[in-house]
Amino acid sequence: MATGPGLIISIDEKRYAGSAAPTLSGFKTEIAPGSVTAILGPSGIGKSTLLRIIAGIDRDFSGHVTINGQPAAQAAPPGFLFQDPRLLPWLTTSDNVRTAGKGVSTETAMAALGRTGLANHANLYPHQLSGGMQRRAALARALALNSGLLLLDEPFVSLDRALVEEMYGLIASVAASDRPTMILVTHMAEDAARLADRVLVLSDTPARIAADLALPQPRDQRDRDTLDGYRQLIEGTT
Amino acid sequence: MAGLPQIGEPPRAGRQRALPLLELLSFPILLLVWQVLAMVLAHRLFPSPVAVGQEMLRLATEGKLLADLGKTLWRASLAFILAMLIGTALGILLGRKAWLDRLFSSWLLVGLNLPAIVVAIALYIWLGLTETALILAVVINKVPLVATTIREGVRSFAPEFDELAQAMRWPTAKRLRLVFLPQLMPFVLAAARTGLSLIWKIVLVFEVLGSDGGVGYRVSLFFQFFDITGILAYTAAFILVVLAIEYGVLRPIERRVLQWRPVQA
Repeated sequence: MATGPGLIISIDEKRYAGSAAPTLSGFKTEIAPGSVTAILGPSGIGKSTLLRIIAGIDRDFSGHVTINGQPAAQAAPPGFLFQDPRLLPWLTTSDNVRTAGKGVSTETAMAALGRTGLANHANLYPHQLSGGMQRRAALARALALNSGLLLLDEPFVSLDRALVEEMYGLIASVAASDRPTMILVTHMAEDAARLADRVLVLSDTPARIAADLALPQPRDQRDRDTLDGYRQLIEGTT
Repeated sequence: MAGLPQIGEPPRAGRQRALPLLELLSFPILLLVWQVLAMVLAHRLFPSPVAVGQEMLRLATEGKLLADLGKTLWRASLAFILAMLIGTALGILLGRKAWLDRLFSSWLLVGLNLPAIVVAIALYIWLGLTETALILAVVINKVPLVATTIREGVRSFAPEFDELAQAMRWPTAKRLRLVFLPQLMPFVLAAARTGLSLIWKIVLVFEVLGSDGGVGYRVSLFFQFFDITGILAYTAAFILVVLAIEYGVLRPIERRVLQWRPVQA
């Protein structure tokens, strides 16, 4: 797969009906192709709103977001990983992966499931999978689309440490092999230190970029000291 | 979970195995209790299941049992299909559009509490003792119940799946197939089940009230002669049909449609 698309984000205003202040106002940034950007900030700051605008789910804002030059809502659908696995409980695991798009054949679905270690569980229903397997199935669905843009909305909340490690590993391997453009929304500095090349720290209402940090060390060469350093760097800004 | 390869440990498999056996025993036990009671009481007006079975056979071959059953079934099925269609459509509308629900939810309440017999009498007065009046009366009695069940179902839909559908850019047809229908089906099935049992009963009552045949009509004739064996023979035949529909149609559909659900303990 080719390297993921580049994004230009320029949101003049995003305001929810009935709220006094806009959630986002004059929010501008660019995302480099094939980069992993973490968007960090406390809950309620507008991270998920931003992600939904990028995904083309939320079109009720002024301004524009383009993906490789195309408006977000018209661009190819991104791979989206939600806070919960959000698998359709009435479809088997492989059928869930196949829902990702028209072009996803059984073979593509099986390949995606293979990458996340679920090849032997393709015919099970979500309720028959463990919590960790459901997450991996959701990741397989996001990958199956092969869209080059992966959006991850707090994918590690309410997971135990071992599962988080497993997901870190999977996502890092995807980043290394496919070079998709990834945007990871999280409130944990650790997530950003582990996975991101760049960290945008949001604060205030309307949300503004309080810090724009680069984490230059390649992901697979980050030892414990580097990670601690990165985490302190990120936490120092919040 | 028929036809699914079971990988790992299927939950609660051991205890599950004994349950179908108990279900098989259920009806023989009922017949046995009946037979024992009939032998203990030994009264002309309390026939044994054997006597009722013989009468049923006689009525089926020499009497009008089959024609009456056919008539009642036809009325019940037509009323059922109409009520399900109208009730489901109404329920979806009311569940989706809050203003419609505000406007009409008290109508549903009226409909739910309207005595079935009053609806039938009113329609017989307006339309005469006709087939149309009978079926219409059943439909009017049934629609509010279906609409209420479906409305609650539509309200309980998970918005998360709509968001998923948006993120995946699913076209409308795909959304209906993957998100809407699967969430609706359990409620349609629940409505169908409560609906059928209600419709059987009121069709019979309305047939007693005024019609030219059918199970209810014949039972009311037997009543004039205190022919309890005939009444029970008709009832038993009717229940056999209901059971055949339950096990031959409803349960297989349910199993197929709800296959994805966790096994119920």
